[in-house]
Amino acid sequence: MDLTVAASALRFGALLSRLPGGVAQGIIWGIMALGVYITFRLLDVADLSVDGTFTTGGAVTVALVFGGMHPALALLIAVLAGLLAGLVTGILHTKLGIPAILAGILTQFGLYSINLRIMGKANIAIQRGTKLMLSLGAVPKAILVGGAFALVLIALLYWYFGTEQGSAIRATGSNPAMSRAQGINIDAMKVLGLALSNAVVALSGGLMAQFQGYADINMGRGAIVIGLAAVIIGEVLCDAIFRKGTSFWVRLCFVLVGGIVYYIVMSIILWLKLNTDDLKLFTAILVAVFLAVPYLQAQRVSSFHNAGRQSAALRKAASAGKEGK
Amino acid sequence: MLKLEHVSKTFNPGTINEKRALQDVCLRLAPGDFVTVIGGNGAGKSTLLNAVAGVWPVDKGSILVDNADVTGLPEHRRAAFIGRVFQDPMTGTAPNMQLEENLALAARRGKRRGLGWGVTKAEREEYHERLKILGLGLEDRLTVKVGLLSGGQRQALTLLMAAMQDPKLLLLDEHTAALDPATAKKVLEISDHIVQENHLTTLMITHNMKDAIAHGNRLIMMNEGRVILDVSGEEKQHLTVKDLMDRFAAIAGETIDSDEILLSK
Repeated sequence: MDLTVAASALRFGALLSRLPGGVAQGIIWGIMALGVYITFRLLDVADLSVDGTFTTGGAVTVALVFGGMHPALALLIAVLAGLLAGLVTGILHTKLGIPAILAGILTQFGLYSINLRIMGKANIAIQRGTKLMLSLGAVPKAILVGGAFALVLIALLYWYFGTEQGSAIRATGSNPAMSRAQGINIDAMKVLGLALSNAVVALSGGLMAQFQGYADINMGRGAIVIGLAAVIIGEVLCDAIFRKGTSFWVRLCFVLVGGIVYYIVMSIILWLKLNTDDLKLFTAILVAVFLAVPYLQAQRVSSFHNAGRQSAALRKAASAGKEGK
Repeated sequence: MLKLEHVSKTFNPGTINEKRALQDVCLRLAPGDFVTVIGGNGAGKSTLLNAVAGVWPVDKGSILVDNADVTGLPEHRRAAFIGRVFQDPMTGTAPNMQLEENLALAARRGKRRGLGWGVTKAEREEYHERLKILGLGLEDRLTVKVGLLSGGQRQALTLLMAAMQDPKLLLLDEHTAALDPATAKKVLEISDHIVQENHLTTLMITHNMKDAIAHGNRLIMMNEGRVILDVSGEEKQHLTVKDLMDRFAAIAGETIDSDEILLSK
């Protein structure tokens, strides 16, 4: 392609017009990232059920709205469905001794069939003209509604994880041996944490389905990676701005910001007309790099490679000194 | 206060690694007893404490705390009346949580954890006072993450946490072994202070014979999963390290040659 043609295709106005939609989607994914944050950071478990529960949230919402239910009530039931799915993962993990990652994969795998059952087919669209809480047709309103959901959720999470029960969940993630010795039923806390996390993820799935006007069996594919990307981007930004650490609610806000930044970056990539087939690879590389950063930083401080180099230099200097005499 | 009746535990039964860690152990602690536990590696000291704490179920026998049978209760339920400090200073506290949050977790041991605040204002003031006892300056660092404290500080904090909620039993599992000598001495002093002030019935494992003699009112020695020596009162006060080694040789029919148990200079 001729360069001038390529440049003229990149109209800046097109990017600007795309941004609000990106922000709205980013907020919804940010809500999902808050769910991922509960398991990944607070409970110290990588829960892969979320790929399934995100779709479940969307499927339940759309199926119920399609059947004539009020969108808000449908969303509430979607949240309960997510809670239930998290409960299953938790029980597989704690009561049946299945490693957490595998328990999540099993739930996710099983949910595929359940999601198909809920929808009856691989995707269903909400009828045109249905009154929804947020939709692609009214992006500014979608940003407001999504933002309101996100802020209320952050307030709730901030409150809950400051209570006795929430503290017990955090202690379980921080040090299970200590938690048991302090009388905390860590199995119960893990189940509770997984259930809450998946409830939040289903909420975001339900919001997403309303926003785009349909639910699709594959809408949750890779949700965990996007969630992790948002969590990590948020944390990197937060640590860059508040070097000395900050309070919990600010950290939660940054997880949301992480989701928004992720989707703005995605909007830019789409605008650059890069091949969208490569998006997942791009996200995977991004998450891998950020997950690796703490490890690589530690390596820089202390590694066999460096130890060997300094030893060689030391001995070389010593032998040079001897020869000099 | 604590009663063990014919308690046995075998690890990896029926395999080449079978280990009869506790063999028909009977032990009775009166309220206020401060018992030091010594013995070589693999003698069953830690296994004894873990059996009482409920880390795993025992194979045989009964464990009673204050005349209540706790043999069938899991670890987190026994925690309601047992305070513990571990050998590894990292084990007893939650590193990602604040100092006051750790104390508040301990203050709710054995209670239902509901939706009330995790740390109340009144508690903050109380912790400030309690931490002063340690003399480590921790009272002004209530909101610091515990992961930033030193091993000795974390161990002292764990002691304070273990003594909360008026436990019926305090279990100290070589809680000074991982500390440098000066810090170990300080933590032992704090232990003595906390035990006396709260009149806690205590089991303390140590590798150091001198410490075992100097602390507590009673001393037991373990070997191959059994209690082979139990001295208390007047007799214990006059014990020397040499006495202990001679008596070990006489009872166990072998001399002590393990470095760990000789670490007593």
